[in-house]
This record gives sequence, C-alpha cells and structure tokens, in this order.
Amino acid sequence: METGLSVLIGLFFAVSVYLMLSRQLVRILLGIAILGNAVNLLIFTAGRLTRQVPPLIPEHLYTLVEATANPLPQALVLTAIVISFSFFAFLLVLAFRAYQELGTDDANEMRVAEPEDDPLPPQGY
Amino acid sequence: MRTIIFRTIAPYLTALMILFSIFVLLRGHNEPGGGFIGGLIAASALAIYGIACGVTSVRRAIRVHPMSLAAFGLLIATLAGLPSLFFKQTFMTTQFITLHAFGTEIDLMTPMLFDLGVYFVVVGAISSIALALEERESD
Amino acid sequence: MTPVATDTTILAILAPFAAAAIAPVLTKALKHNAAWVLALVPALIFLHFTGFVGDVSHGETYGAAWQWVPTYGVNFSFFIDGLSLLFTLLISGIGTFIILYAGGYLKGHAQQGRFFSFLFLFMGAMLGVVLSDNLITLFIYWELTSITSFLLIGFDHLRAASRRAALQALVVTGGGGLALLAGVLLIIGVTGHMSLTELLADPEAIRGGDYYLPIFLLILGGAFTKSAQFPFHFWLPNAMEAPTPVSAFLHSATMVKAGVYLLMRMHPVMGDTTLWMTVLPLFGGVTLLIGTLLAMRQTDMKLMLAYTTVASLGLLVMLTGTSSEKALEGAVLYLLAHSLFKGALFMVAGTVDHEAGTRDITKLGGLRGAMPVTFAAAAMAALSMGGLPPFIGFIAKEILYEGTLGVGAGLLVTAVAVVGNGLMFAVAAAVALKPFIGQKVDTPKHAHEGPILLFAGPVALALTGLAAALFAHTTGELFIGPMLASLMGHQPEVDLHLIPAHVGMPLLLSLVTVALGIVLYLKIDTVRALMIQVLAAIGWGPDKGFDQAIKGLVGLATWVTRSVQVGWMQTYMTMVFAMTAIALLVPLFLADGLPNWPDFPEFRFFEWGILLIAVVGLGAILAAANRLTAIVSLGIQGFAVALIFMLFGAPDLSFTQFMVETLSVVILALVMTRLDLAPADHRPFGASVVSGIIAVAVGLGVMLTLMSITQQPFDTSLSDFFAQYARVIAHGRNIVNVIIVDFRGVDTLGEIAVVVLTGLCVLALIRVKTKTTSAQDEGAGEEALAKPMEVK
Repeated sequence: METGLSVLIGLFFAVSVYLMLSRQLVRILLGIAILGNAVNLLIFTAGRLTRQVPPLIPEHLYTLVEATANPLPQALVLTAIVISFSFFAFLLVLAFRAYQELGTDDANEMRVAEPEDDPLPPQGY
Repeated sequence: MRTIIFRTIAPYLTALMILFSIFVLLRGHNEPGGGFIGGLIAASALAIYGIACGVTSVRRAIRVHPMSLAAFGLLIATLAGLPSLFFKQTFMTTQFITLHAFGTEIDLMTPMLFDLGVYFVVVGAISSIALALEERESD
Repeated sequence: MTPVATDTTILAILAPFAAAAIAPVLTKALKHNAAWVLALVPALIFLHFTGFVGDVSHGETYGAAWQWVPTYGVNFSFFIDGLSLLFTLLISGIGTFIILYAGGYLKGHAQQGRFFSFLFLFMGAMLGVVLSDNLITLFIYWELTSITSFLLIGFDHLRAASRRAALQALVVTGGGGLALLAGVLLIIGVTGHMSLTELLADPEAIRGGDYYLPIFLLILGGAFTKSAQFPFHFWLPNAMEAPTPVSAFLHSATMVKAGVYLLMRMHPVMGDTTLWMTVLPLFGGVTLLIGTLLAMRQTDMKLMLAYTTVASLGLLVMLTGTSSEKALEGAVLYLLAHSLFKGALFMVAGTVDHEAGTRDITKLGGLRGAMPVTFAAAAMAALSMGGLPPFIGFIAKEILYEGTLGVGAGLLVTAVAVVGNGLMFAVAAAVALKPFIGQKVDTPKHAHEGPILLFAGPVALALTGLAAALFAHTTGELFIGPMLASLMGHQPEVDLHLIPAHVGMPLLLSLVTVALGIVLYLKIDTVRALMIQVLAAIGWGPDKGFDQAIKGLVGLATWVTRSVQVGWMQTYMTMVFAMTAIALLVPLFLADGLPNWPDFPEFRFFEWGILLIAVVGLGAILAAANRLTAIVSLGIQGFAVALIFMLFGAPDLSFTQFMVETLSVVILALVMTRLDLAPADHRPFGASVVSGIIAVAVGLGVMLTLMSITQQPFDTSLSDFFAQYARVIAHGRNIVNVIIVDFRGVDTLGEIAVVVLTGLCVLALIRVKTKTTSAQDEGAGEEALAKPMEVK
C-alpha cells in the first residue's frame, strides 16, 4: 500500500512543482495548495499505513491492544493542514493585492523589489 | 448566491453547524474531533452565513471582531499552560480535577481549556480571513 | 588576595563598560564638564591597581576566574603580574587624562556623549586584553578593541576619508584577530592549556611541540597587524582621521601596544628560538627604519607622530625579538617612556590644531609666547622622545643600546636602532619644537593657550616621564623589574640610574644619535624632498594595495550577486527545484539508497477508485483552461486526499481536510472571480519541457525516497509511548488529540500563534489601500471593519 501511495505522492509533487514553475501567480498558488497536500500525505505515509483502525483507545481499556493507525504522523499532519490553509489564504490575498496594485499576474513583470535597470549600490567607502 | 431559499435556511444551518462544532470540540479528547476540526466547522458556518446574508450581519451576530476571538483563544491557550507553574512543574504540564456530578465522572483538565483556545483561534482567524474576502466582493 | 580585593578588581574591570552606558546621559546633562565626573572612573581604576604595585614587585601574582561557558572551559578571569599591571596602570592613568582632554577637545560637539561612550568601551576592552587569563576571552577583548577602534576612527562618519580609514583598520586588525583566534585554538589544542597561568607554568609546551611554526606565524599575524608592523603598518597613519584624543590613546599609547603585549606575554613560552630571534628583529628593524623615514616625509604633526609610532612599535618588536635580558629591559623601559611622551605629544598636536587652526608644521612657528604651558609640555615630551636627560626616554635608550650591543647580530641591530633613534630625534624636534620656536607665523585661528582640560593631560604625562627618570631606582624596582620578570620567567636584577654609572659605549651611541638627529633636523626639508621622490618612484604601497583589494572584492561580490540574483522569479524557482531534485536523487544513486523493486500494491476496488479520483483531479488542474475548472479540480484532489486519510484510519485528518478543502474552494472562488485572468498556461513549449523535466525529477525523487523509507524497518517506540500513556496519564482516548493538546501542547501553541499571525497579515494586506482605490471606498471599508469592534 505504501508503494502505491508513494507513486501517488510523487505525482502530487510533480504536478505541484510543474505549476509552481509557471510565471502566472494563479498557477503558482494552485501549485502551493497541492504541495501542502503532497507533503501531508508524505508525512502520513512515512508513518506507515494501517487500514481503517483509528488510534482510539476503547472505553473499557487503558492502553491500545490491537494494532491501529500510527497516531503521531496524524497529530503532526492535523496541525499542518490548518497551518498550510492559513498560509495559502495569506498567499492568495497577497497575490490578489499584488495583482490589484501592479495590474499583472505575471511574476516576471513584478519587479518592484529588483527592477531590471537597478543601479549598482555604492562601490566606494 | 443570495437566493431566497439559501437566505432562509442559512441562519438555521449556521446555528446547527456551530452547535455541531461545539459538540465536536468537546468530544475531541475521547472520540475523533477537537479544537481544530470544531473551529473549522464553526468558521465555515460563519462563512456560509456571510455569503447568504452579508458580512455585516455576521459581524453583528458575533458582536466582536473575529480577530479578537482569535486573540482571546491564544490567550486562554497560553493561560492553560500556566497553572502547572504553581506546582513547580514545567510549563503546560497537565493539571486535572475529577468532578462527580449527575452520577458520572467528569474530568476537568487544562488540555480542555487549551483545546478551547485552539477552537477560538481557528474560528477567529479563519472566519476573519473569509469574511474579509467576502466583504471585498461587495466593493 | 582577599575576597574584597577580588570583588573590587572585578568592579574595576567592569567599570568602564558601566561608564560607557551612562556617559551619553551624563554628557547631555553636564555638557563637556561631564569629563570631570567621567575621568573619575579611570582614576579610581588606576588607584585600585596601584594597590597591587608593592606586592607584585615582590614577585606575587593575582588571579581569579568566573565560569562563562563551562562546556568549553571559557571563563572570565583576570591575572595580574608585572606585565599586565604596568599596562593596566598605563591604560587607566593615561585614560584619565584622555577623558579630560576629550572633554575640552570636543567641547560643544553634538555627539560628545557617544564619543565618551566609545572611549570607555575601548578602555574596558583594552583592560580586558591585558588582564584576561583565559585565551579565548583574551581574543574576544582583542577583537572588541578592534571594533571600538573602528567606531572611534569612523567617529566623524560623514567624511569618506574617515570611513575608509575605519574600514581599513577594522579589516587589518580584525583579520589579524582571526589569525590570533586560530593561533589560540591551536595552542589550546596542542597544550591543553586554556589559561595563561597554566601555559606560563609549562614553558616548553609550545616551543617543544610539533606545531611551533604555525602557532608562531598565527600569533605573529595577530600581533603584527595590531601593532602596525611592516607590511601592515599602513592602517595606523590613516587612523589619524580619528579625533586627536583617540590618536593619543588608542593609536599611540595603548591599543597598538596590544601586539607588543601579546609578544611579550608569549615570550616565556615562545621566545628564545632561532625563528623568534630572526623574524622579530628583522620585521621590527624594517618597520623602525621605514616608519621614521616616512615620518620625515610628512608635514602634518599628527601624521609625523603616527609614523614615529609605527617606528617605535618596530623598535619594541625588534628588542622583544632579541630575547636578551638587557634588550628586553630596554624594551620595557621604552614602552613606558613611549606611552608617556607619545600620548603627551599627540595631545599637544591636537591642542595646537584646536587653538591655531592647523597642524602643518610648515605653517606654524613662534607659538611659545601664545601657548607657554603647552610648549613646556611639548618640550619635555620631545626631550624624552629624543632620548635626552633627565627624562625616562634617555634611560630607555641607554639600556636598549646596552642590550643590543650584547646580542648575536649586535652591530647590525644597534646600527638600525641608532639610525632609527636619530631620525626619531629629528622628528621630535620638528613636531614639538618647530611650531613653538622661531618667528611668529600667522595661523588660521588666533592662537592662545587652551583651557585646562586640554593642557592637563600633556603636562601630567610629560611630568610623569620626568619623575620616572628622576626616581629611576624606584621606577626600576616597582615597575620595570616586575614586568621584566613576566617576560623572562624569573626575577631579574634591575638597577636604574639617571646618571650613567660609567662612560661606555651606550653613552657614546647616545651622543652619535643626538648628533645624527640634529643634522637630520637641520636638513629636514632636503630629506623630505628626497623621500617624496623615492616614494613617487615606487608608486605603489600597501595602502594603495588595500584600495585595489577592496575594489576587487566589491567587484567580485557585485558579479556574484548579479549572476545569482537575476531578479527573475522563474529562474529562482527553477534553481530551487533543480537543486531539490539533485539533492533527492543523487544520494539515492550514490549511496545505494534505491528501494527494492516493490510488490504490486494490493488495493481494494474502491481504494483504486479514490486514487483514480486524485489523479483525475491533478490532471484536470494541469489541463484547466479556465479558472472555474481549476478551482473545482483543486477541490477534487483535496477531497480525494481526505478520503485517503479516511481509508487509513485517520478520521480526524479526514474531517479537517474536508473542512479545509471546502473553505479553500470558497475563498479561491471569492478571490478568483476578481482576478481578471485566463489561467491557461502560456509557457513556451521549451520552457514547458524544462519545467516538466524538473517536475518529474522532483516527483521521482520523492517517490523513490519514500519507497526506500517505507521499506526500512519502522521504529514505533514514540508512537507506542503515546499509545500507552494517552489514557493513563493524559486521560484521553483519542490519541491524536491527546498528542496535539497535551503531549505536544507547546508545539501546538506555537502553531496556533502562526494561524493568528497569518490572520492578522491577511487583514493588514486587505486594509492597506493605495491611491488607486478611491477615498470613498476606503472610508466604507474601514467603517465596516471598525464598527463591529465598537459594539460591545
């Protein structure tokens, strides 16, 4: 099962990288959203997969007796999902504002910080 | 989006979802659920309400700015870590008391307060983002 | 040493730093008169340390240590013996008058408080250098003196010359400091001693070891740069850009002697070898001659003094390099004498500059009537510098000639010393006498005597030089003897007299020196013209070389920056992901980390279905021709991920993912509807291929790495721990939730703080409006956001 998911995760990564290499902000954003999912799945799978048994301790017991899914990666991924979502929202708004201010969604045309004909900084003392 | 049917059922839907989110929050320690999920459900509820009835009515309904909710959540989550300091334990060591009421045992402990903080942070921050974006729509 | 004395010593070492903190406030309140209060600090330090003189002269040493970084054996410690005590007294004693002088010199300057602050920082650092026992702390203080020197040289930072001089001094002395660090680490590695006392108790540890040569070179690298030895001498004259109090204190009396201090300190463990006795006299001698010759070339009083400082430091290094007891005695005496007369002369030069408006000796003359006190101080200091009785400089010269005559290549060393001293005599006369005697020359400012703040220092230092000679026997017993003992490692016989006991070679050489000096002084214009011609013929010097090196460095940096930071985001992203792919794939192939050929995955029918949905979602995003398709397909892959979580026993994750995907789609839709764009990919075909290759490589790398990881045995101890204790000690049955809110609660606290922060950032981004949006719009938006907050 891990093998199958590994292939799927590889695919997630490939698609997200391909999108992020675009010049268009929208595609870069989509790529980032997919990258978040890809990484979450990666952490989840690296903690090994167990079918359908959630890590819950039965009411009459004090510890787990049967094999369940690994709780640790789940805890890590759970917070990661929420954080990557808020991060995504931030980037989305950033891109939107950049588009409003600069009138373009092309990363190559957004050169406020590093203008193309930027003069050299002072070279002397 | 503002069809009459949607606008009519949205308040009830929102109320139900918020109720459900609190249920999910409270059962989180023993069953699937918890502050993150609960918070997300509540935030979606508010977002739906905002889409249906306008952001102004949502803001009126929750009375305070959603960011204040988030800040409040962060505050109580931090406070939840403090009691242990009185017992010379490290920050965030769990403290709990067991209450016997209505014939059952109820564990009251600091992680519950912490989870409540998480809930408020998620509700506040996410709905603040969503509402801010919805608001721009009407520009 | 009593505990009280230990505590006071610590206070004395820390006092300058405290003074640095209060100096600006005090100066704001009292203006330049703050100097009177501030000068109490070094004066008290001086008084405290004079308390040790008696005991130290009987061969006692004091020390104490406080742990700082115990893991590495680094501690705050001090060590008082003859060598460090004389230095400490010079620093604090001269420091007292420098503070007073700075009060008068920078009277009314807007940044006088800052200047005091820097001076005190330096004083503390310099005391640290000479008092620390720990080699690492010694290095730290050493670099701190370089940094404070940088700040002080660049004090007048609006002038490019100051900035250049400051940077140059920092590069040269700071670079030397790094060599010192390497040397110190090597010493610690070779000998295992981190403290000077231990090191000095084990004199053969370095000399006898295999690493003597590298240690020697590295220590020399530190000492020669700091003490401005040829070919690193060029920074010192340039450092004269600093205000005169700095030149008098740092760049003549104290900081530049740190290198000499280091050599003297290391002499018992590193000296007395062929290498030592060859390299040091050679460089010292060359520095002495070059320094004095370059001094003759100048007409600016401060620059002439600066070059003679270079020369004097060369003389000290040369003498230290002979490793003969008598020559070392001469070095110690000369060091004391030099600090006193050079400090005084610099202050005189500053006073003349301050009162007459110029310090060019060709434009000065006949000031004796206008500035009698300053003239008296200048004359006394100059006589000491020229080596005439009854001043300490005379005794120093007698002893050092006696010493040089006794060493191996005695004649050569003595000849160099005589020529150097003769030249120095001429410079002393030119600097200290010429402005005051002869015809009155009109100066830019109407010259008159400076205030007491300005002449107190030179007079006091010059008188000290006189007193030290008049009470030569006491000077020898209390200061010179103990310091020489630190250098030699045993108690030497020191018996000083102002009047030579018998007429011998040294006295004769003194007469030769004076005669040579007088001739040179009379012919100074000829010598100067000659030197200018010679230098013009050479045309290149280390100073110019420094400029070229800096220019080359800046050019290189520009080139690197321009080629790495091209300003195209695509290039950056391509580089990042290409490197990611390489970092993932290369180790897999090189380190034989490739996974075994996997078995065909055993998925159930509906599981295949879910995987297929995810793949379809991904494909649809890639192929999406409009934004709605893109958003919907993003949702599809997200929900597929949620289903995958559900399949493998993670209901919490699944719910969260569902909610997040829903919200993502909602906000994407909200934003996208207002982004007027066609999301269809407009990459040229070539670019698509390159991106595709990189994307596939990254995907492949992740896939293979993950397969490789999952084929390894799995360590479940952490998960087991959580499973075992979730209910027992944390009273929760949902292990995932218990981990989040309890076991790893602090982690989660940080994460929710991040969520709050992003929320704030989004709000800030949305609220920031620019000229493009209308004012009416702004009002409405602000109102809508502000209103709910008011309702309570």
